[in-house]
Amino acid sequence: MFGFSRPQATAFAVMLAAIIVAPFVLYPVFLMKVLCFALFACAFNLLIGYVGLLSFGHAAYFGMGGYAAGYAAKAWGWSPELAILFGTLAGGLLGTVFGWIAIRRQGIYFAMITLALGQMAYFFCLQAPFTGGEDGIQQIPRGNLFGVFSMQSDMAMYALVAVIFLFGFLLVHRIVHSPFGQILKAIRENEPRATSLGYRTDSYKLVAFIISCALAGLAGGTKSLVFGIATLTDVHNAMSGEVVLMTLLGGLGTIFGPVMGALISTSMENYLAQAGAWVTVIQGVIFVTCVIAFRKGVLGVLAEKLKITL
Amino acid sequence: MFMILGYPAPLMFGQLLLGLINGAFYALLSLGLAVIFGMLNIVNFAHGAFFMLGAFVAWGLLEFLGVNYWFALLLAPVIVGIFGILLEKTLISRLYKLDHLYGLLLTFGMALIIEGLARNQFGSSGMPYRIPAILQGATNVGFMFLPNYRAWVVVASAIMCLVTWLIIEKTSIGATLRAATENAPLVQAFGINVPRMITLTYAGGVALAAFAGVLAAPIYSVNPNMGANFIITVFAVVVIGGMGSILGSIVTGFGLGIVEGLTKVFYPQGSATVIFVVMVIVLLVRPAGLFGKAA
Repeated sequence: MFGFSRPQATAFAVMLAAIIVAPFVLYPVFLMKVLCFALFACAFNLLIGYVGLLSFGHAAYFGMGGYAAGYAAKAWGWSPELAILFGTLAGGLLGTVFGWIAIRRQGIYFAMITLALGQMAYFFCLQAPFTGGEDGIQQIPRGNLFGVFSMQSDMAMYALVAVIFLFGFLLVHRIVHSPFGQILKAIRENEPRATSLGYRTDSYKLVAFIISCALAGLAGGTKSLVFGIATLTDVHNAMSGEVVLMTLLGGLGTIFGPVMGALISTSMENYLAQAGAWVTVIQGVIFVTCVIAFRKGVLGVLAEKLKITL
Repeated sequence: MFMILGYPAPLMFGQLLLGLINGAFYALLSLGLAVIFGMLNIVNFAHGAFFMLGAFVAWGLLEFLGVNYWFALLLAPVIVGIFGILLEKTLISRLYKLDHLYGLLLTFGMALIIEGLARNQFGSSGMPYRIPAILQGATNVGFMFLPNYRAWVVVASAIMCLVTWLIIEKTSIGATLRAATENAPLVQAFGINVPRMITLTYAGGVALAAFAGVLAAPIYSVNPNMGANFIITVFAVVVIGGMGSILGSIVTGFGLGIVEGLTKVFYPQGSATVIFVVMVIVLLVRPAGLFGKAA
């Protein structure tokens, strides 16, 4: 199914079961937050894990998706599915422009350029009239799905978020295992060779970048409807750092790694909420530890131990 | 009061001076980044954190040991440089065989730790650092009152940039450094201790950041976020200038500071983003950067 290997199919079954059972055991709002970040991390992983592009400003697309969906739902009264779709579109459009600029440079420069562009998007959101500046967009209504089903209850919203997450997750998996995805991996391994084989690597990179940004926008838009709020936190470069952390911690270039990373990172923040600035220090320590001793991440190491791919 | 293009001259020159000062910091920081990148192949994300540490060390030296500004200007870069040596020896040196991206991620983590610890210890509000007595006040230079300290910052960083450039381009140490940047194994074959050179290069780049931090301490209040705010803009400066040329980093740094200052006069809303806009334009016209070699 969907080109899963046997261990992956097992892992997917476990994840699916967890998604179904979890809201009856844990607080659904927390779970929705995890799923939104997991989708965001999967989108980010599509670039770093499979194309080798480190986008250090991914919060821009996540946050812009949040603002777009929030604004559409609140000011125009759009129903949630349309608002989220609009957020996805906003993330994808911003990604098209920024990606078109950033793919002109490779490697480390690409990371610096996306970081700078992300900062530019942050300043834009700080000043633009539609974002509400420091206040953000507040009291975004969840509305009625397709104009019919009320999303007020957390369980109803959870079902929607779970479906959106699964859609995004399977899409990323499908892309990675498509012929298109094989070319992306070829670019990751050796870009000049991919070019010499006749592939327009820039176009492939740009398309992957746009898909990743659109999915980030999808995650951001969903998150703003869940919490009823879209703020500068989601466009800030600290958020870009967080998604890098989630993906690195879970395992770069593994399908399930980003999900695991998002789960660990969000839980950690939840339980350490009162620790204040220590969260930053702990995140820093995790970064350093992962890079020095744990580059494959949690699932990467697990997969290696079990001699499977996850 | 005379006017320039419909703007009062003092406002114009005032912003121009502020721009020059920011430019001085951009130049010092991007210079350090370029030197480190050339030798270590690592983009030092922790550069802003070292800038902040420089300011904090100067503040601590004055507060607890009564060491004045002038000695702090010498001591703080040395202390922060030694700290840099420790980090290079224990952490960064493990990454040289890996993809550049890991260096960026590691130094990003280091910056989070250093800045997080500083925030825990000192809170987010800043601490004042007094301008040394001899540089207090302002001089009337005819068309405006020039605050002495600010003039000193511009002069001091220009001299520091020049000295760094001279060392790298005109001395035998610099020649070895440039050679090792081009081809490290060959230089090593000539009997030069390249790993030690790498360590010292990192210390030197970090010390430059700390020097800028001490200069900045009396202007901005000494606070844990002062470097984080700077470093992303400095990255944009580096992308615009290209990391290939030392002189290029200096010129780009000062130039962009002035551009930013002028934007504050003509279009204040755009002052936060103007450097990023310049970056976009440069990328579209000359992707390798103004002074960069095509990669």
